[in-house]
Amino acid sequence: MRHRSLLVLTTAIATGALTLSACGSRDKGGNDDNGSNSKATVVIGVDAPLTGSLSAIGQGIKNSVDLAVRTANKNNEVKGITFKTEPLDDQAVPASGQQNATTLVADKDVLGVVGPLNSGVAQSMQGVFARAGLTQVSPANTNPALSQGDQWLTGQKKRPFKTYFRTATTDVIQGRFAAQYAHDDAKKTKAFVVDDKQTYGVGLSSIFAEEFKHLGGQVVGTDHITVKETDFSSVANKVKNSGADIVYFGGQYPEGGLLSGQVKSAGAHIPTMGGDGIYDPAFITAAGGTNDGDLATSVGYPVDQLDSAKTFVKNYAAAGYKDPYAAYGGYSYDAAWAIVQAVKKTVEDNNGKLPGNAREKVTEAMSKVSFDGVTGKVSFDEYGDTTNKQLTVYQVRDKAWKSVKSATFKD
Amino acid sequence: MHQLPQTLVSGLALGALYGLIAIGYTMVYGIVQLINFAHGEIVMIGGFGALTIHLWLPGSTPLGAALPLMLIGGALAAVAVATAAERFAYRPLRGAPRLAPLITAIGLSIALQQTVWAFYPDAKKPRLFPQFHGNAFELAGNIHLQRNDLFVLVAAPLCMIALGFFVSRSRTGRAMQATAQDPDTAELMGVDTNRIIVLAFAIGGAFAAVAAVAQGLRAGQISFEMGFILGLKAFTAAVLGGIGNIYGAMLGGVVLGIAEAAATTYIQNIPGMHQLGGAGWKDVWAFVLLILVLLIRPQGLLGERVADRA
Repeated sequence: MRHRSLLVLTTAIATGALTLSACGSRDKGGNDDNGSNSKATVVIGVDAPLTGSLSAIGQGIKNSVDLAVRTANKNNEVKGITFKTEPLDDQAVPASGQQNATTLVADKDVLGVVGPLNSGVAQSMQGVFARAGLTQVSPANTNPALSQGDQWLTGQKKRPFKTYFRTATTDVIQGRFAAQYAHDDAKKTKAFVVDDKQTYGVGLSSIFAEEFKHLGGQVVGTDHITVKETDFSSVANKVKNSGADIVYFGGQYPEGGLLSGQVKSAGAHIPTMGGDGIYDPAFITAAGGTNDGDLATSVGYPVDQLDSAKTFVKNYAAAGYKDPYAAYGGYSYDAAWAIVQAVKKTVEDNNGKLPGNAREKVTEAMSKVSFDGVTGKVSFDEYGDTTNKQLTVYQVRDKAWKSVKSATFKD
Repeated sequence: MHQLPQTLVSGLALGALYGLIAIGYTMVYGIVQLINFAHGEIVMIGGFGALTIHLWLPGSTPLGAALPLMLIGGALAAVAVATAAERFAYRPLRGAPRLAPLITAIGLSIALQQTVWAFYPDAKKPRLFPQFHGNAFELAGNIHLQRNDLFVLVAAPLCMIALGFFVSRSRTGRAMQATAQDPDTAELMGVDTNRIIVLAFAIGGAFAAVAAVAQGLRAGQISFEMGFILGLKAFTAAVLGGIGNIYGAMLGGVVLGIAEAAATTYIQNIPGMHQLGGAGWKDVWAFVLLILVLLIRPQGLLGERVADRA
């Protein structure tokens, strides 16, 4: 019977060890301002998955914030203030995100944080930031509960953390927008709904399913998959046998792409649809490049088609970053710029100097921020959510995402 | 019930893959009673070895022609790392309490993952692995065999037969059995046990490389962290089949693969079980099966009851 105790022991140790290994420490950015005479330094923290399977998106977030900071410094946007970034890697793991939050809070020069990518990671960070009064702006979190409380579904919205803001639209809007497109525009009637058991995926797919049924469609099956697995052939067989004419997947592109590819090779030639989590070129490569027709919704209008984004796209290219700005580049830039604007207001209200309670003042200023950003008008409502409700449906055509419909969400 | 044949085909392909990896766990355990927790990473190394060969070959090489070379490249990489691990990480601890090499194995597992993560070009995210393109083979009415699953279904039995002959017929194979039964006596009889142990790691590595290529073909990608879940599942398969027994490892793999596929397909159709079914719960059911088997047969499906071990 020794095997079993060894099995339990080794599993526990391995899991623990791997989790711990994800929490590497990092050198703090140099901090060499020495008093009030020289320019004061304000650090904007960045938390995103910079390694691991979601790093394609995370690097885009990091670089876009960097670009915003460079622009602010070059234009001398806030007199007497030099901005710096401190990017930390959360590997899409909530525990790492929380540790990063603690690290950022401890650095008194940090007056705002952009991130994280994942709603599940955000949950673990919100409390840490709220206790320290440090502003956090996520460019990508879409789970409604983060800003509207756990009871958002029943209409009893209550903002749980006054330091939390986001430039991305919530899943309530995205999921319903997706259902409306699937039912009204794509004329689909039978959906098979799959999620990845994560905060984002479960929320999004359940909102989609509700709205799809509400519109008169039928949900012919549901299933759940596990993140980091690669074999979804059994789910694919079930999809085929269910007679569904569309698969809706709530989750991220690594699993979404594999699922889409495996559904098609199981013999069900139906599109897979998902949210902004699958809107990435890696989704198409993961599916084996055989998934023309797949659909994704993403927040905002396509960055490369907005007039306001042309400068961003040009500057991003000119800065020579190794990775593309990906799905959230524009939102990350706007998130960082919102923090810059809040710092600007704080400094201007305090006779050109940072006040002692700068974090508190910056959080207050955030709710009054309003400017024309990369993704359109940037401002926040009473929950800290973006007031921008533009969404776009993208479709895979010739192995690339092409926008097929952009609209402002209507009830 | 009309889904049963398809479930079996899918489960068999997955199970054969688990079985190939489980061989590595079971051979090493059978001979040195070490759970080589870094074996999942040996699989990963095999995958990256094969990928390196593929990237190195001219782009026009058809995959069918490249595959043997990729297997050789993957096997070389996996065998080299597995034997080096034996020589430098495990052999110095041969006389130490059993937990010491176990912890070493876990440390090695993390080290190997991070090494590939840090040094293999572009390995911080999943790397694409070549796949055969084309429709699935239709075996009979509505039963599909995925094109890329064919490889593992052919390779696994071939590897098993070769290993079976080697262990039971060849002189070295018999020396291996002797070492597994009693290393001290085997050594007295003139068997070079160190060589046998290295060989066990090498065979495990070679099988791991075959499994890695199979996994790459199935999923179309490999990543630095692919070894963790695969290793855990294969270890489960080895325990399920009776750790120390090579046929048990393959049987355990196939049983586990089919159990996962069947749990995904059927559990939620049982009245009242809807919430507990589907792919999200398949690992739970696979482990329920493992526990049930071990309650009835603590030595695993094909394991032998050995009083002084196990």
